[in-house]
Parts: sequence; C-alpha cells; structure tokens
Amino acid sequence: MSTEHSGTDTGRAEREGRDGTEDTRGREDTEGSRKDTDEAGGAGTETAPDATETVEAATETVEAAPPPPLEAHDLTAELPAAPEPRSARFVRELTNGSAAITVLAIIVALVIGAILIVVTDSATLDAVPYFFARPSATLKAIGAAVGGGYAALFRGGIYDYTQSSFTAAIEPLLHSLSFATPLIAAGIGIGIGFRAAIFNIGGQGQMLAGGALAGWIAYALPLPAALHIPIAVVAALVGGAVAAGIAGVIKATTGAHEVIVTIMLNYISFYLLGYLLTNVLKKPGSNNPISPPALPSAVFPGTTAGLNIGFAIVVALTIFASWLMNRSALGFHFRAVGENPDAARVAGISVKQVTVIVMIMSGAFVGFAGAYQVLGQTTTGFTNALDAGIGFNAITVALLGRNKPWGIFWAGILFGVFQAGGYTMQAAEGIDIDIILVVQSVIVLFIAAPPLVRAIFRMPEPGHHRSAKRAHRPAVKTGAAA
Amino acid sequence: MKLELRGITKRFGSLVANDHIDLAIEPGEIHCILGENGAGKTTLMNMLYGLLPIDEGEILIDGVAQHFTSPRDAMRAGIGMVHQHFMLVPVFTVAENVILGHEQTTFAGHLNMAAARVRVKEIAAQFGFHIDPDARIEDLPVGVQQRVEIIKALALDARVLVFDEPTAVLTPQETDELMSIMRQLRDSGRAIVFITHKLREVREVADRITVVRLGKVVGSVSPGASDAEMASMMVGRAVELTVAKGPAKPGEAALVVEDLVLADRHHLPVLDHVSFTVRRGEILAVAGVQGNGQTELVETLFGMHRDATGTATIDGKNLLGIGSRAAIEAGVGFVPEDRQRDGLVGDFTVAENLMLNRSAGPPFVRHGGLQLRLLRRFADQKIREFDVRTPSASTRARQLSGGNQQKLVLARELSRDLRLLIAAQPTRGLDVGSIEFVHERIIAARDEGVPVVVVSTELDEVTALADRIAVMYRGAIVGIVPPDTPRDVLGLMMAGAPVDGPRQAA
Amino acid sequence: MTSAIQHAEPSSAPGSTTTVATLRLRDWKTPIAFGIFTVIAAILFIAYGRHGDATFTFTSLSTDVVHVPDLPINVWGFGIAATAIAAVMTVVSVAYVRSRRDIPRWYLALFAFVLLVCFLAWATAGETLPIIGLLGGALALSVPLIFGALGGVMSERSGVVNIVIEGQLLAGAFVSAVVTSSTGSAIAGLVAAGVAGMLVSFVLAAFSITYYVDQIIVGVVLNVLVLGLTNFLFATVLTQHPTTLNSPKPLPTFAIPGLSAIPVIGPVLFNQTAIVYVMYVAVAVVFYLLFFTRTGLRIRSVGEHPRAADTVGIDVSSARFWSVSFGGAIVGIGGAFFTIGSVGAFSEDVSSGQGYIALAAVIFGGWHPIKATFAALLFGFANELQSELSILGSPVPSQFLLMLPYIVTIIAVAGLVGQSRAPGADGKPYFK
Repeated sequence: MSTEHSGTDTGRAEREGRDGTEDTRGREDTEGSRKDTDEAGGAGTETAPDATETVEAATETVEAAPPPPLEAHDLTAELPAAPEPRSARFVRELTNGSAAITVLAIIVALVIGAILIVVTDSATLDAVPYFFARPSATLKAIGAAVGGGYAALFRGGIYDYTQSSFTAAIEPLLHSLSFATPLIAAGIGIGIGFRAAIFNIGGQGQMLAGGALAGWIAYALPLPAALHIPIAVVAALVGGAVAAGIAGVIKATTGAHEVIVTIMLNYISFYLLGYLLTNVLKKPGSNNPISPPALPSAVFPGTTAGLNIGFAIVVALTIFASWLMNRSALGFHFRAVGENPDAARVAGISVKQVTVIVMIMSGAFVGFAGAYQVLGQTTTGFTNALDAGIGFNAITVALLGRNKPWGIFWAGILFGVFQAGGYTMQAAEGIDIDIILVVQSVIVLFIAAPPLVRAIFRMPEPGHHRSAKRAHRPAVKTGAAA
Repeated sequence: MKLELRGITKRFGSLVANDHIDLAIEPGEIHCILGENGAGKTTLMNMLYGLLPIDEGEILIDGVAQHFTSPRDAMRAGIGMVHQHFMLVPVFTVAENVILGHEQTTFAGHLNMAAARVRVKEIAAQFGFHIDPDARIEDLPVGVQQRVEIIKALALDARVLVFDEPTAVLTPQETDELMSIMRQLRDSGRAIVFITHKLREVREVADRITVVRLGKVVGSVSPGASDAEMASMMVGRAVELTVAKGPAKPGEAALVVEDLVLADRHHLPVLDHVSFTVRRGEILAVAGVQGNGQTELVETLFGMHRDATGTATIDGKNLLGIGSRAAIEAGVGFVPEDRQRDGLVGDFTVAENLMLNRSAGPPFVRHGGLQLRLLRRFADQKIREFDVRTPSASTRARQLSGGNQQKLVLARELSRDLRLLIAAQPTRGLDVGSIEFVHERIIAARDEGVPVVVVSTELDEVTALADRIAVMYRGAIVGIVPPDTPRDVLGLMMAGAPVDGPRQAA
Repeated sequence: MTSAIQHAEPSSAPGSTTTVATLRLRDWKTPIAFGIFTVIAAILFIAYGRHGDATFTFTSLSTDVVHVPDLPINVWGFGIAATAIAAVMTVVSVAYVRSRRDIPRWYLALFAFVLLVCFLAWATAGETLPIIGLLGGALALSVPLIFGALGGVMSERSGVVNIVIEGQLLAGAFVSAVVTSSTGSAIAGLVAAGVAGMLVSFVLAAFSITYYVDQIIVGVVLNVLVLGLTNFLFATVLTQHPTTLNSPKPLPTFAIPGLSAIPVIGPVLFNQTAIVYVMYVAVAVVFYLLFFTRTGLRIRSVGEHPRAADTVGIDVSSARFWSVSFGGAIVGIGGAFFTIGSVGAFSEDVSSGQGYIALAAVIFGGWHPIKATFAALLFGFANELQSELSILGSPVPSQFLLMLPYIVTIIAVAGLVGQSRAPGADGKPYFK
C-alpha cells in the first residue's frame, strides 16, 4: 500500500477515518480488498483468496462477453470479480455453510465430550489396567460412562422416558426451552451485529445493564402486572441498548475497535453494578450485594417447569428479527455495511449511523435476555452475575445459528437442551456441567473451520479447490491501468 | 548469466494462462515483454520468481534447469524482481527492507544494521543517487520507494532483474529516470526483463521485444517497429476506441468548481486550488497520471471529504462536504473508480445492488419495508435495458464479469434523474464490447443534457469521450484544452508543464 | 519543472514536504483530556477535599540498609497545589496545540504523576500509606499481566490478534498447579505452564492461520473452551485427588543480594518470588528478540506486510505459527503466577479476566513490549491500590479502581490520549 502514499492518502485517511482508523479489521478489509484488486491489475479479476469461494464463484460465473472479437480481455471476462472484505467472507461462510457441517461438528464435539467423560470416569479408569486381560470390562465401563452420561443428557434436556405420564416426561424439554430463551434473545442480538460485521462481545455488560434496570423496576415500582411486565421489559431493552450504544458511539466517532470496547465495557458494567449493589440496589438487611426480589406483578407467568411468557416473547422477537434482516430497509443497510462498507458509504448509507443503530438494536435484544434472567429465571433478587455466562454463550449460539434469526432460534434451543441436560448429567452421573462449555465451544470451532470437518470425515471438498485456489492470484490481469 | 524459459505452461482450471512460452533473456540487454493487461505476463513472471508452480516446461539458467519452489530459490539463482506494487514494509526503514529475508547477523541472531546501511549506500552510489538507509519507507515518495525495490534486488546480486509494470505509478519524469537506471543496469551486464503494455516506453529502452497475447508468444519485433505494428500484434487487431459521437451542444454552466483545496492526512495538498466549469450536455474529461488528485476530486464532487475548502455547486446547489447521501439526492450520479469496492455489494443480488443507493424511501422502501415485487420488476427491466448478462435478478453481483458489473452500476446510476454524472475510470478492466457500451451510454447521457465529468488515465478514452480535457498534475489543473490536442502536448501537461495560452480552452 | 525532479533526492519528488506547503491540522484531544482530568481533580481535591496529613512511608521489613524518612503531606494544601498545576499544564497544552507543536511525552507523564501523587495523598488523608508495600504488591499483581501482554505482543506483532491470553493464563495456572503437585518441582511446573500456553496457541494458530477462521472468534471460543476444560477437570479430577494433584508448594520469595538493598526500589524489585525474576528476563528477551534480531525483523515483517515477506522468501505461516506459539508459552508461564506464583492451589476461573486486562495492556502499550509492560504495571498498580485503599477505608469505592484499566483502555483505543498503531496486518489472515 505504500505505493499509494503520496497520491491518494487523503482518500484513505478519509476512508479510514470514517470506518475507524483504529479498527484493525475494518481497515484491513479496505486495504486488503484494495490490494487484491490492485494486484490483479485493476479489476475484473478474482483475487478472493478463499479457495472455496473462488471455485464456487468461478464455476458459477456468468458467461459474459459476447463471443466474437474476443481478445485478451476475454480471458478475464470469464473470471469473477470482487475481492471482498474478510469479515464479509467470514460472515458469509458462516451464513451459507452446509447443514452437514453443522451436524458433523456437533457429532465431533459429542465424541470429544465422550472422551472427556471416559478419561475422568473412575470406574473406567479402574478397568483400564485390566484392559488386556478383560478388554470387554473396559469397553463395558466406557460404554456405561458415556451411555449413562448422554442418556442423562437426553433425559434431562428433551424427554424423560423414566416418567410414566407424558406431561411429566416432556417437562425437561420445557425446561430446556426456558434455558434457551435468553440464549436466543442474546444470540439474535449478537447475530445482528455479525451481519453488519460488528463483533459485539459485550453481551455480558448489556445483560447486566438491561437486567439491572428491569430488576430495579421489578422490585421498586409497584404496578399492576399488565403494566409492570411491559415496563420492566422495555426498561431492559433500553438498558441493553444504551450499554451497547455507548460502544457503537465510541466506534463511530473515534474508530475504536468494538471488540476491545465491548470487552472493556463488560468489566466496567460488572464493577459498576457491583458498586450499585452495595448501596442503592442493595436488599435491605442483606450483607451480600444482592437486590430485593422482584414483585410478583413483574414476574413472567408460566408453567412449573420454568417455561414462561418469556419464550413467547422470544418467538415474537425472532419473527421480528427475521423481518428486520430480510425485509426491512434498516436490515438492508445493516447487511450492506456488513458486506461492503465502502460501497454502502458511496450509496449514501452512513456507516457510522448504521454502526450505532446496529449496536443499539443488538443491545436491546441482549437486554431482553437480561430481563428474562431477573423476571423469568431468578426472581429472588439479582446480583452482578445475573448474566450467568449467557453473554458469551450467545456468541457461540449466534455462530452456530449462522447469524440468521431462525438458525439462532434452533441453535439456542440446542444449547438450552445441553444446559438442562447438563444439570441432570451432573446430578445423576456426576459428570461436571462444565463439560457443556467444552462441547459447545468445540462445536463452534469446527463450524468455523469447514475444511477441518471435511478432513476429519474425508468429505470431498466443494469443487476441486486446490487448483482453483491458485487460479485466483495470477488469474490473468485485466484492466487497462493506463 | 543467460536465462531461458522453455515451453512454460500454466493452467487455471480450464483457462490456459501461459501456453508453451519460450523466451531467452541475454545478459546486457533489456528484453521487453509487451502485452495487453491479461495477456499472461504477470503469471509468467510469478512462475519465474517462484511464486507460482509451473505446470509444464522449464526454466534454465546458463543451460541448467532450475526448480523454483519459492522466491528464495529464484533469488538464489540471481533473479530479482521489482514488483508493480512494491513489496516493502511501510514501517520499516530502507535498510531493514533491503536486508529482509537474508539478514546478516553478528552474535545471537543480532542484526548487523551497520553493514546493511553501508550496503544500501554503496548500491545507491553505483547508480548515482543518494538514499538515507534509515528513512522509513512510508515517508518516502513513490519514485524513491521504487528505487528501494531495485536496491533490494541488487543487494542480492541479482543478474536478471524483472520490472513488472514499473511505470504505472510514476510521473513521466520519474519514468525517464527509471529508464536511465535500467540502461545503467543493462550496461553493468545484467539482464533486464521489462514487462509493460506501454508502447512508447518499449520503443525507448528495449533491445528486444517479445509480444505476448492470450498467454502465447505471438512474435518478436525490433525496437524500430512502428506503434501500429506493435499494437496490432498485442491486441490482434487495430485498436479502435472511437465511439460515434456527435458534436456537443453545451447549455448553461451546471457544475461550477472554484478554488477547491484539500489536504491529506500528512497535511499535504492533494487538491490544489482546482477550478473549472462543466456545462449541460458537455463531457469534461480529466486526464493525468494516476494519483494526481483525480480520485480526491471526484470524491469531493460527490460530497465526501468534509474538510475540503472552496466551492463546488451543481445548478447553484452546494456539493462540498454534504455527504454522499445528499449528493445522491442532489442528482449526482457516480460511477466509482473501483466498482468492486465502492460501487457494488458483491454479496448482494443484482436487484439489491440496483436499489443500493435508493434505500431511503419510495419507491423501493415503504413504511420501513422493502418493496420486493416492485424491485424485481425494476431489476428485470434494467437487466434488459442495459444488457446485463446475468442468469437472473437474484444472482449475486460478484458472480458477474467485470463488464456486467459495470453495466449494473451504470444501470443504477442512469436510472435516476441526474443533474450531474461523474464517471471515474469507467472502463478500467473491461472487455472491448463493454467499453463500447459504456462509452455509448455516457455519450447518450450527455446528449440528454446531463453535464458529465469523466476521469481516466487512458489517453485514448479521454480523447474519445471528451468535449474538453482538463489535465491534472499534483492536485492542480495544469490546463483545460480541446480534445484534438496532440498527445505529446497532453503528455507534457501530465508531467506538469504549463500549457501555452491559445490552447487553453476556457 | 523537469530539472526540479532530480535523481533521488526525496525532497524533490512529488508529495514530499519541502516542495509543498504543509497545512497542519490541530489535534485538540490531549488538551481536552487534560481539561477533563483537571476538572475531576478540582472536584475531588477541592470540592470533596479532605484535610489532615497523609503519611507516605518507605520502610520495608527485611533488607533496609538505608533508612528513608517518612513523608507527611498536607492533603488540602497539596490538593489545591496539584489542581493548580494541572490547570496551568492544561493551559500550556492548549498553547502547544495552538502553536502546532507536538506535546512531548514527558509532559504527559508529568501531568499524570502530579495527579497520581495527589490522589494517593487525598485517598490516604489522615492515614499512613506504605509505599514499598504498595509498589511491591503492584509489581506482584502485574506479573500475569506483563507475561500476558508480552505474549500478546509476540502474537500480534506477527499479525495474529490474541484474544486468548485469558485462556492461556488459565491453562498455565491449571497445569503448573497439577505438575508442581505431582512432581514436587516448581521448575517442572513453570515449564509445563509454558507448554500448556503453547498448546492453546497451537489451536489458535491452527484455526486462524491454517483454516483462516476469524482470529477474534477463535479467541473468544477458545477462552470458553479452556474455561470449560479446566473447570471440568478441576471438578472431576482435582477435587478427587486434592493432595496429589492440587496442593503445589508456592514458589519461594528470595531477595537478590546487593540489589535488594537499594533504597525504595531494591525491596520493591529485588525481593520477590522467582517468577518475577523470570518476568524480567522475559521482558528483556521479547524486546531484544523483536527489535534486534533476524527472527524479530521477520516476525514484524509478516505482521506488517506478509506479502512482502513472502516475496523475499520468508514463510509467513510458519513465522506466525512460531511467534504465536512462543507468545503462548510466555503467557502460560505467567499463568503459573495464579497458582504456584502466589496462593498455590488451583481454583475455578482463577485468572478471572486478567487476560483481558493483559490484552488491554498490549493495546495501551502500543504493541511494544516495554510500553506494554509499563501499561501492565499501571493496571497492576490500580489493582493493588484498590486493595490498599480498602484497607485504609478510603472514600473511593474499590470497584472504581478495579474499573480503571478498562476505562483507560477505552480511552486509549478511542485515541483520546496518544495514538497507538496496530501492526499493519494484525488480525488479517494471509492467503498465499
């Protein structure tokens, strides 16, 4: 890029200023794509380095120029164009990845979970010394540990076949849905950000802000239920939106990278709420930093299994998010900025404005997860740990759901099942619940790296990408740069 | 050292980028590889430099076959490359860049910077120029950066030096200086491979010329051959860029630019008191070597660069610093220089791209929702009207070829009521058919009375489209001249030479 | 015109500074920040001013050779004086900007020092503040941050964003506790901690360099993975075998003869546990490696312009891989601080977000090992101050001091104070 220094610095400086000078990712995108374009001699040449994409594009490239007087140009007219921002490619890879990869990633993760169960299971370990004498005993012990664990997971997360009545047997699923509710809401919030190429890692802080505000209204304002719940929920949306909006405004005005800002805001919210819980929000007479319990009028009505009106709200939120991203002008702007901020800006879409709005929307969804925690889950008073790790888990849910509202919905339910089942696993089989964290993170790691999953399962790669991978670079130059 | 390429072939899928290329490069001569962009020159050189594996054929040095798997092998064999886009680390010093990859160390891996500085100075002195080994690359002008690239290659004692399109970023004077350095290198017994598509440069320095087209060597010409001869070998037929264009019927002044000033982030002026006027139904073409402020000029006219000063008005309405949104609303159509970066969202469909800059309200957006059915009909109509070759309106834009992408951008911009059309490098990288189509459309817009500003670094395009030509140099307009101005005069102006009075065309 | 462009004088070529008038823009960020801090100072020290004397003591228990007298400070008077100095310095900074001159670094440092000392005095009003205890404690708390920041610098200088410092610290803490317990050797524990950090790096490197997965995503997910894994193993294995697997002997504290006798500095710097001395070495090694060696030049080149490095024959992927891995090893050793470097036994999530503070130090320190070390020291200082002040019953809620690193980092990334520039290709995968 040094080559352009003396001439076009202003353009770049300006662009960087707008997109965020300190924003490593944003800037790399701009420069990266620009460099690729330049190297290809100007235009019309595929330099997108992602092998898979290249092939896909190459094979689908629309026949272009008319056949006759075809000269050198035509070589390249065949080749697709548009090197694209890295984040955009990444987001698309996530959005368009195949269902098979998702399923296989879940399988790999469960296998890894099984290995963990086995190596930490004392019965199995006791049997190992006799492996050569009595291999069947070892295998049986392995089978018992893994089978028992995953059976408990199923029993606790989906359907308890030990129960006689259907209503009792299905109760675990309802339980799972109640765990899924905040994951879905927060996951959609994070996913909306991803679609606009904004990495909102601040779910924790936004949940704390939203949850604390909702929780405060829930215990401090005596209102009829018909008003109390809506007001508390709206307060949570506002709280989350403001917490996220701060990061959005900082990014838009100074170019600070939102990942750093939102991580830092998580801790700031954590300590700020911790401080408030030692005085203004503190439950009278308590020595612990915990708030008074929510008034009954503010508690989400629901079943004994824990499923409540919050889930219905989340279904509505998913429908809304789906409309927002696919059918609304605002979603159009989000996606345009996410996929090509330069083109969006030239098309009159304010990247800064979109950055702020995306963060606000994202934070509002996450804020609802906070409200759910204090009005639907733990209504006996909140602490500054009310987020229960959902802010971070929501990131993995969003990735698993490939940043699409309905995908996130199902991903959230899967994680809800894991969580509800995990508790049963811990109680019934003594398998620590944290194994769920391992399984979840492994799923997402593999989903993010389809070639790895394909390698493990010896799946054919889409297209013969090896050759095409190379095709991208030299790929013949087009363009008449002078 | 004699370098030979025998039967070099490279395929990318079904595309044969290099088809049995044979070349012999002798020491002490400048060997030009002349070809259009896309002829396969860079692919060839990337294989020679170990950046790409060779499918078939071999590289011989002094008769010995070589196997390059990385640039390191090529460098060891005495091949150096001056890249089109300099391979210099901007935050490193000259000396650090020169030694990178083959550093001398003293003890415990400690870099021997003193030796590096001496080496840089020595090499620079051989060619009669001075360079500060401790200067940071990013602080150096482009021409000097290129010399660092040359020093980098020479520091490895390269016997064959490949220059890949080295003049694209240089002013004519810097180009002259580069030519003289190339001659000195040749006279020192090195072999020079000079890749270019510029006939004038070839004639000036080449000792031998090999023309490539469509990945094949089509023949050799002597340096004395005429331009027409070389050009017809390059493209396979005579270059004909003139689109039928009636005389302009200019109306009243529409775009008025006065005293436009803009500074870059190093506080250096990139627009230097620029003033001009464009009337309705007239095309003003802005010519100049790339990087002389043209990009910033069109961006400023499109409402960007809020710190620009001076005036720019369309039909009396201010354009300066109003932002792209307001510029679009003011009726400015904009065909950006880099359509993939600035003109299209590659992952959006053709239809979505057609409404990209009309997403603020009717007709495509009502009550915050997209009017998908209307958009679909609109898209189908525009695809026909602008001959966009796409399977459907829901195909993603980046799956289209460059020409069709540009038609898409034009279709979007020309389907609004325009008060001004700005087209930057409108045909860069396009095939001939698309070039003609784009030119026709631009002229049609002019004939409808739209004032048009076209920026191009292609003199052929400038002379084909322009009703008047403004030449930019270092952010300033050197002069505004009629389209029949001789090329050599334009060339001098592009180098900053002020034009004599009578040629000035208001 | 032709004659103006000569052979190679940089100054005569287009775009250079001598041929064109420069229009220098004024940057008001620093004066604005100064002003804000001055107002805060006025509010704290005057509006909420406190009276009485604050006494700073400089005695350490063990190795005093030279006795440094206690320093009593009149809090009210000093507060007014410091606020006045800050106000004057703000005005001078305005003058700096008006005259289009850069505000020197020492000026920023002086401003910060005055306000900091005044704040300490204000917070300890009527009490005694043991400066050596404060600084020594701050240094100790900075240990994992410094290791984390050094590892982060190694990784990011090669172009790989390292969000996973937290996970590496946690892995190092876990493994060093287990290995030290089971082998009885603290050295083995430290080495194993380094290996653990490196293993986490391998995953980061494999996913981000080989599979081009977004580095931030890998980092976030890996942190969850390491947390889940250590929690799981802690709950299942360590709690079942606490004596054999989770009761390491903490590293001993020892004074370096001679150096530790230097007044004030000696007991702070040279009467520490072994891991602190390892840290000094690590800072020096990373600094030397990055800026004075061939390896360092290559690492920085792949982080700045990988393609340029590639064209001179440097293997970008492997340079990044090893740089990230070496960084991971450093962070892992830092993780040992949480177990064998301090309390001994491992407990769940023992690193508790310190990795993110280390990341903050990387950024606040401008991706430079020495500056990042100082940033980490500042953050460690804030943490130690918080616990010292809560003992004194100071008027500042401890949460606000705990927030300080995060607020400072936001201010830094927002570019309000100083500017830091990330490596050119940081976070950007390289496609060959």
